[in-house]
Amino acid sequence: MSDSSSSANSYWKANIRLVLSLLSVWFFISFGCGILFVDALDTIRFGGFKLGFWIAQQGSIFVFVALILIYIRAMDKLDSKYDLDASNESAKSAQEESQ
Amino acid sequence: MSVQAWTYLFVFLSFSLYIGIAIWSRASSTKEFYVAGGGVTPLANGMATAADWMSAASFISMAGLISFLGRDGTFYLMGWTGGYVLLALLLAPYLRKFGKFTVPDFIGDRYYSQTARLIAVFCAISVSFVYVCGQMQGAGIVFSRFLEVDFTTGVLIGMTIVFFYAVLGGMKGITYTQVAQYCVLIFAFMVPAIFISIMMTGQAVPQIGFGSELTEAYGGGYLLDRLDGLSEQLGFATYTEGQRSTQDVFFITAALMFGTAGLPHVIIRFFTVPSVRDARKSAGYALVFIAILYTTAPAVAAFARTNLINTVSNAEYVSMPEWFSKWEDTGLITFDDKNNDGIIQYVGDPETNELNVNRDIMVLANPEIAELPAWVIALVVAGALAAALSTAAGLLLVISTSVAHDMLKRTFMPDITEKQELACARGSIFVAVLIAGYYGINAPAYVAQVVAFAFGLAAASFFPAIVLGIFQKRMNKEGAIAGMVVGFTFTAAYIIYFKIINPAADSADNWFFGISPEGIGSLGTVANLVVALTVARFTPEPPATVQEIVENIRLPGEAIPR
Repeated sequence: MSDSSSSANSYWKANIRLVLSLLSVWFFISFGCGILFVDALDTIRFGGFKLGFWIAQQGSIFVFVALILIYIRAMDKLDSKYDLDASNESAKSAQEESQ
Repeated sequence: MSVQAWTYLFVFLSFSLYIGIAIWSRASSTKEFYVAGGGVTPLANGMATAADWMSAASFISMAGLISFLGRDGTFYLMGWTGGYVLLALLLAPYLRKFGKFTVPDFIGDRYYSQTARLIAVFCAISVSFVYVCGQMQGAGIVFSRFLEVDFTTGVLIGMTIVFFYAVLGGMKGITYTQVAQYCVLIFAFMVPAIFISIMMTGQAVPQIGFGSELTEAYGGGYLLDRLDGLSEQLGFATYTEGQRSTQDVFFITAALMFGTAGLPHVIIRFFTVPSVRDARKSAGYALVFIAILYTTAPAVAAFARTNLINTVSNAEYVSMPEWFSKWEDTGLITFDDKNNDGIIQYVGDPETNELNVNRDIMVLANPEIAELPAWVIALVVAGALAAALSTAAGLLLVISTSVAHDMLKRTFMPDITEKQELACARGSIFVAVLIAGYYGINAPAYVAQVVAFAFGLAAASFFPAIVLGIFQKRMNKEGAIAGMVVGFTFTAAYIIYFKIINPAADSADNWFFGISPEGIGSLGTVANLVVALTVARFTPEPPATVQEIVENIRLPGEAIPR
């Protein structure tokens, strides 16, 4: 038990590290670039957009999508590293249950 | 074929499809009724989540509000999508692992307390009711304009349809209907946006057209520059600059984000997939599907605003097209010829402005203003109804599971059979539909605003309790209960004070730290967190069995048996 619980512990720590780093990007883009520094960024233009305005209304959403996709990838990797990828098993048990 | 004939055709076809699906996927057990048997694929669940969560507010109201708010409208865009990051990273996988039916289930079991469960039931029902009123109101606007029936009749038609498939199919029916509804609503939103983008900028992708130059017919120059120029000329606020204070925008965005992550009808969607891995995946799919609409909406807002100003400003009243007088009939556009010159003065100064346009009609009126073909206009109507009804159905399901499962089965009448529980669930949907319809007919604000209040309440009650429940093993029932009560009461009191008791005082001077009622939920969230953590420090730690549950939900793999 102690063996599996220490591996569970480091799995959880790796998970927290990942979540925190993704959330800091999330905060920087949305609250930082989209709201707090928006006027400063608006002095930069590309095409018909002011940069701050574009991040606030479009760019931030693309970043959000990217963050979730990175999270899905990284967690799948983490699961297989710690051999916790039990998706097949639990899918099977869910099927059995519904029958 | 006229617009009305097309509308009847599309509405009839889409409704038959939804009802057909509901009959095909009829629920026979409580597990099928509550969580669709737990066997929905991540892709289907992603679409269903997107439809569930993109409501009449997203489809009808949001782009319209942005077109009047300009850059300030950003809080709707970032707030409603950024919350998904929180949901995907902090909640969805763990709640799936926990593997029960409802949010009060989680709160009740994690905090080993019937009191906590009942408080959660109360919050879930309040949030869902506030939210569902916005949907009924949206459906009412659509029906009254396009089927040219009375607003009340419109709401009644919407109620009947939702009632029918929610009662019959439960979560299973709702999930598969929502997949169909997502397809209808996204198609309906994108087609006119693409049409208008090509007309105005020559770009087929609205997201790019948004930052492109206008065609000759529209006067050339970048769209946003042109819009800024027009706004200044007429005395409106500059479109790409903010008017609200930075802290207000900050807090509203935060409230909408925390709220998105705390909405019970969205959270329960992640109980319907087979595994933790699938829960993570379907949160990703959901945001992708949502982002398609959400990155298009600001483009639609800018197109619609430019078009509206071009069409009505300094034009003769008698030469207005047909859509103008039809919206006038519904009272959602009003024209008051103050200087009796027969010409519409549409300007920023309220003294001389002669035209008032309800923000909720912009998306619906947009294809007509741009003179698109009749079938496109009818398509938008079908899409708007899909958006309103799919969300309403999801919310009604939360209300019914809260009553039948959390209140009766888990608290007051643990001995009822599965059959009786199912009957109670269906009965409570019936009652909920009636109440929702009543408030839809007598709603107090714009659709997106009503919805923003629901998000504030969800943020201040559920979000901290669930996050702490997963990430703080030491969090106990005393802390969680105190936090939820303080957060919910504070937020509800603030909204009720400024919107119902004393609406005259509803201005930035009287607001707490300059935070509007739409944004107060984020302060409620902070209050909830602080109270919960403080109280938990001075009260006994949770029992060992509960701490084991927390250990367990942190790992993927074998679900805890239901």
